[in-house]
Amino acid sequence: MYKVILSFRYLFKRRISYLAFLSVALCVFIVVVVMTVMRGLVTDFRQKNHSFVGDCVVGTESLVGFAYYEDFMRLLDAEGFVEGVSPVIKSYALVTFGDSERSAGVEIMGIEPAKHNRATGFGSTLYYHKGNPAKAFEPGRDANLPGFVAGIDVWLQRDADGRYTHEAAPAQTARTVSCFPLTAKGALAKAGAGVVNTKTFYYSDTSQSGLARVDSSTLYLPFDQAQLLCGMAGPDKRASWLCVKFKPNIKLEAGCEKVASLWRKFAEERRGRELSNLLETVTVQSWKDNRREFIAAMEKEQTMMIVLFALVGVTTVFIIFVVFYMIVSHKSKDIGILKSVGVSNAGVIGLYLGFSFLVGILGSFVGVLGGWVFLLKINGIEDWLFEHFEFQLWDRTIYAIGDIPNQMDLGVLGIIVVSAVIACLAGAFVPSRQAARLRPVEALQVSQL
Amino acid sequence: MSKNDYILKAEGVYKSYRLGAAEVKVLKGVDLAVKHGEFLAIVGASGSGKSTLLHILGALDGPDKGIVRVEGRDLSRLRARQLNEFRNKKVGFVFQFYHLLDELNVLENVFLPAMASRSILGWLMSRRRAKKRAEELLVRLGLGERARHKPYQLSGGERQRVAIGRALMNEPKLLLVDEPTGNLDSATGDGILSIFEELNRAGQTVVMVTHDQRIAQRAGRIITLADGKIAH
Repeated sequence: MYKVILSFRYLFKRRISYLAFLSVALCVFIVVVVMTVMRGLVTDFRQKNHSFVGDCVVGTESLVGFAYYEDFMRLLDAEGFVEGVSPVIKSYALVTFGDSERSAGVEIMGIEPAKHNRATGFGSTLYYHKGNPAKAFEPGRDANLPGFVAGIDVWLQRDADGRYTHEAAPAQTARTVSCFPLTAKGALAKAGAGVVNTKTFYYSDTSQSGLARVDSSTLYLPFDQAQLLCGMAGPDKRASWLCVKFKPNIKLEAGCEKVASLWRKFAEERRGRELSNLLETVTVQSWKDNRREFIAAMEKEQTMMIVLFALVGVTTVFIIFVVFYMIVSHKSKDIGILKSVGVSNAGVIGLYLGFSFLVGILGSFVGVLGGWVFLLKINGIEDWLFEHFEFQLWDRTIYAIGDIPNQMDLGVLGIIVVSAVIACLAGAFVPSRQAARLRPVEALQVSQL
Repeated sequence: MSKNDYILKAEGVYKSYRLGAAEVKVLKGVDLAVKHGEFLAIVGASGSGKSTLLHILGALDGPDKGIVRVEGRDLSRLRARQLNEFRNKKVGFVFQFYHLLDELNVLENVFLPAMASRSILGWLMSRRRAKKRAEELLVRLGLGERARHKPYQLSGGERQRVAIGRALMNEPKLLLVDEPTGNLDSATGDGILSIFEELNRAGQTVVMVTHDQRIAQRAGRIITLADGKIAH
């Protein structure tokens, strides 16, 4: 019981204890804020990538695409675990702006919007057709004209707040899209053989996926038109991807494994048939694997932050160590007194570890509380800073970030608090053990008073 | 006289310290025997090793050589846990500089030995009894009104009485007292010595070290420590 009483008294009656307490609170505050923001950004980025391709992608990176995709779609549609399948044409094109001679390279995605919306989160990225994605390619003035959906940064510029200004209805604007149609063998299709490689499309909507690279370089076209422009139409129809969404109760790995198994069997059955060689380039990937290249960079940044804050943690341990070393040095008389009344070495260690535990718990509590309040107000603070000093944490004209993520995760909080307490215990252990090893007579020497 | 009449016996106790490169021999074969209920004063000049001897007798330090027996038990053979129990239950210390814990009030300082030997649960079950005992001791020592005060709010004499209360808390058989009046004026010191006399009259064994012959006169027996040995 003396450990509990003395721990509390040491904490509240010694100014030096406040140093340890404040250093823990400050470190926890910083780690909570940075980890919450970083984790929020990574989670948001992962969700956007997931939403972009659905749960699973059956596809090839080859610009030729793969054949028999319709047969495989029918096979998947017949499976009970599949919610939706969307065929996608992926290629590159040149877009000519209006009457000018100015052209720019873009990535094109040919999609059937209704199907694509069932397999991915495409509908929620639209501005004018959010509630009706099936009509995403219908330009406002004439629904019969072929429309296109522009990645939002292809079409609009953000203001300093990161907001886009849309007109009330899609502008009556056309763009000419030129592709490079390829034969099933991968050669450039010869002009004049019924090949169409240029077509005019009319602006119908914008798509804001929240993925900077996608939004700044992608043009969505009607599937059949894109298929035609890329030379994938005709008797040997081809597609680049099939985006698959699983039913809610299906786990990602299990669903992907089932699709992969079906694909292996499907490809085997078509071995030796015409264009079956194209099936060999097809892979079945979960959305995580498909988007790994992009997610990994973000996760690497998060890992770097964790490493940086692990260093902050080491610094905390050192501060706690120094503070406890000073406390124990000042308290050697107490140790002598306690030992003279029969307190064991373990009791002395327990006393100082109990004290450091209190410092850790209370410091963490204050740090978490401060972090929580700060995160609640972080967007308001950033707005205020921008209004008065034109300061932004992330320049919204560059980064595809809306509000700064501020949703605290209980699991992460738990890890931070436990780490802080462990850091305190680790920092206090060496001086505590040193204190416990003091002989009572050493501790009670007059010079120690 | 039977050997059971002795509460404390020291035989051939040696102790030396290193002071830089030099070795200072403090005790050079001390033999000592203290009977139950005796009030013994050990007198010696400053630096004669009397405090060192007292610490060895109370197991706050160990001898380099020699045996110390308390109630027939060789202290050198006790394990760490048994030594802690010995310091907690069998012996009470009163130091020249009081050595009270600044963070605890007077009452808490007195019942500290009772707390030290119990787990939280054990303490919760026995705290009323312990507090009552501590309060009785404080009343007996004339500090009934000072129970909630902090040590810094007390005079030197009052602090020493708190230290005596703490030493008596677990009713030890042996009270070891180190220069109890060294920091007090003569009137206050006289009061403190009277307490030891009274305790001794009630059967308490007291071993006191002092450099002052006048103070030593208050004890029932006086021995002198000179040149690291008991002078006869």
